[in-house]
Amino acid sequence: MCTSKDICVIIGASHAGVNTAFNLRKEKWLGKIILIDADPELPYHRPPLSKTYLTANTSTTNLLKPIESYKKDNITLLLGKKVTRLDAVNRCLFLDNETKIDYTKLVLATGAKPIIPTIEGLKETASYFCLRTAADIVAIKESYNASKTKKVVIIGGGYIGLETAASLKKIGAEVVVLERESRILKRVATAVISDFFRDLHTQNGVQILENKEVSKVENTLENGVKVTKVHCTDASYFTAEVLIVGVGVIPNTELAKQAGLKLKNGISVANTGETSNLNIYAVGDCAYHYNLHYKTYVRLESVQNAVDQSKIIAANICGNPLIYNTIPWFWSDQYNVKLQIVGLAENYTDYIVREEQDKENVISVWYFNNDELLAVNAINHTKAYVFGTKFIKESKKIAKEKLADTSIPLSKDIAVVN
Amino acid sequence: MAKITFITSSNEKITVAATEGSVMELAVNNNVQGIDGDCGGVCSCATCHVFVAPEDVDKVGVASEIETDMLELADDANEYSRLCCQIPVTDAIDNVVFTVAK
Ligand SMILES: Cc1cc2nc3c(=O)[nH]c(=O)nc-3n(C[C@H](O)[C@H](O)[C@H](O)COP(=O)(O)OP(=O)(O)OC[C@H]3O[C@@H](n4cnc5c(N)ncnc54)[C@H](O)[C@@H]3O)c2cc1C
Ligand code: FES
Repeated sequence: MCTSKDICVIIGASHAGVNTAFNLRKEKWLGKIILIDADPELPYHRPPLSKTYLTANTSTTNLLKPIESYKKDNITLLLGKKVTRLDAVNRCLFLDNETKIDYTKLVLATGAKPIIPTIEGLKETASYFCLRTAADIVAIKESYNASKTKKVVIIGGGYIGLETAASLKKIGAEVVVLERESRILKRVATAVISDFFRDLHTQNGVQILENKEVSKVENTLENGVKVTKVHCTDASYFTAEVLIVGVGVIPNTELAKQAGLKLKNGISVANTGETSNLNIYAVGDCAYHYNLHYKTYVRLESVQNAVDQSKIIAANICGNPLIYNTIPWFWSDQYNVKLQIVGLAENYTDYIVREEQDKENVISVWYFNNDELLAVNAINHTKAYVFGTKFIKESKKIAKEKLADTSIPLSKDIAVVN
Repeated sequence: MAKITFITSSNEKITVAATEGSVMELAVNNNVQGIDGDCGGVCSCATCHVFVAPEDVDKVGVASEIETDMLELADDANEYSRLCCQIPVTDAIDNVVFTVAK
């Protein structure tokens, strides 16, 4: 299908782009592979950024692949170069220095960027940070180390904001998390999970404040220290030397828009990863796709999705038709608590909570749409995560009364034989 | 310094040495095919599944509860299975052989 003259250009060298490049070689792509990223660092794992990287005494990131791997697989890396223009008619693109690059096939693995909320005074505050890149975390670390009061305010109580809160607490910060919604994690989990994490953080000395909408920030002096005053709509305010904004991300679709691709909460792709343009594919956080199992359109922000989708599109680019059909999974680590999630807990009709007997903090939440198991959120409960994964994959029916009865240990027997 | 050998599914034999990190990191850094380490080593993805050579089991030690549970996700797991992100590189595992799971 492909010849040595073909060129596959991948924009974005993170989980999705890097895996696509290596999978293309596995699928016997004979032509050139050019992997471009605006980030100057050798591609790294993002999840540790808010976890171990923030607390570690090192400035080395966990690399996705060692540099030798790119050489071995003949993948050209262009780092620190932003693609500013895409000409889908003439199949070429331009870097910020106007260098022109032609392509036969193009992969948009452009991911997502932090949302910067419109809060009065925020943009003028020099010392606010986002949570997306290694550089962001380095900047947070530096600012934190230089701070006198060790006061940190995090706007937004999602997984990444909470992980950051836990990590900063571990190294001695005084942390306040301000969440606009009535509870943290509202967008992604049920109240049981929110309650668990609120308690966990509170026990560890992090202040979690809900129903707190930030309205304004201002730079001021307090006891001779330059701090940021964070005002909320209820007239309360908090001071911080380090202000972190973690209110979610939006997909990077500017290039896709230029190319006239179909967009909808991300770049619309078929189950093959193909966009509305025959020669352009999209993968990872930026891709809005159809989940066959849940029969719904989604845009997922997870390593699993980036990695698994990259296999599918590499195969399709090389002429091996494969379709994307997976059950999503995700994890989050905070303090010594491990959260593992499988499935999509959208449109559930009911859920069952299991708090394992005689075991502290071993909890699982099982989400159902009537008889169908949709998703499991497992806290320190890998067994629940693993059974959940198997039951969802095999579309097993669950004996709900057995599941709810914690005097019965969790086992395969909670599935009703179909 | 521990010298460790990986045998990949295409029967390639790779021997490398290290003093720190996990066996998964060692494998990824040395391009051992079949060890992806997608979760970065936090026992959440099971893409670092290896079989320990039976004679080395005592040196390597046993899996934790989380790891044992995670291994249930792998269809081909057996009594010699480990997730190698959970195995630290130390002198204790010098000369150990790991076969990469498919
Ligand atoms: C701090 C943090 C913690 C996380 N923790 C977890 C976790 O525990 N578990 C989990 O499953 N997921 C986690 N995630 C999410 C996960 O990291 C993302 O889903 C994943 O990185 C998506 O990969 P991607 O390649 O699609 O996009 P991204 O990682 O966003 O990469 C896109 C890349 O494209 C580049 N780019 C964009 N536009 C251009 C352009 N025009 N020119 C050049 N380059 C461009 C960007 O610089 C970027 O490097 C976490 C994310 C963060 C930030
Ligand atoms: S690297 Fe993910 S479980 Fe070992």
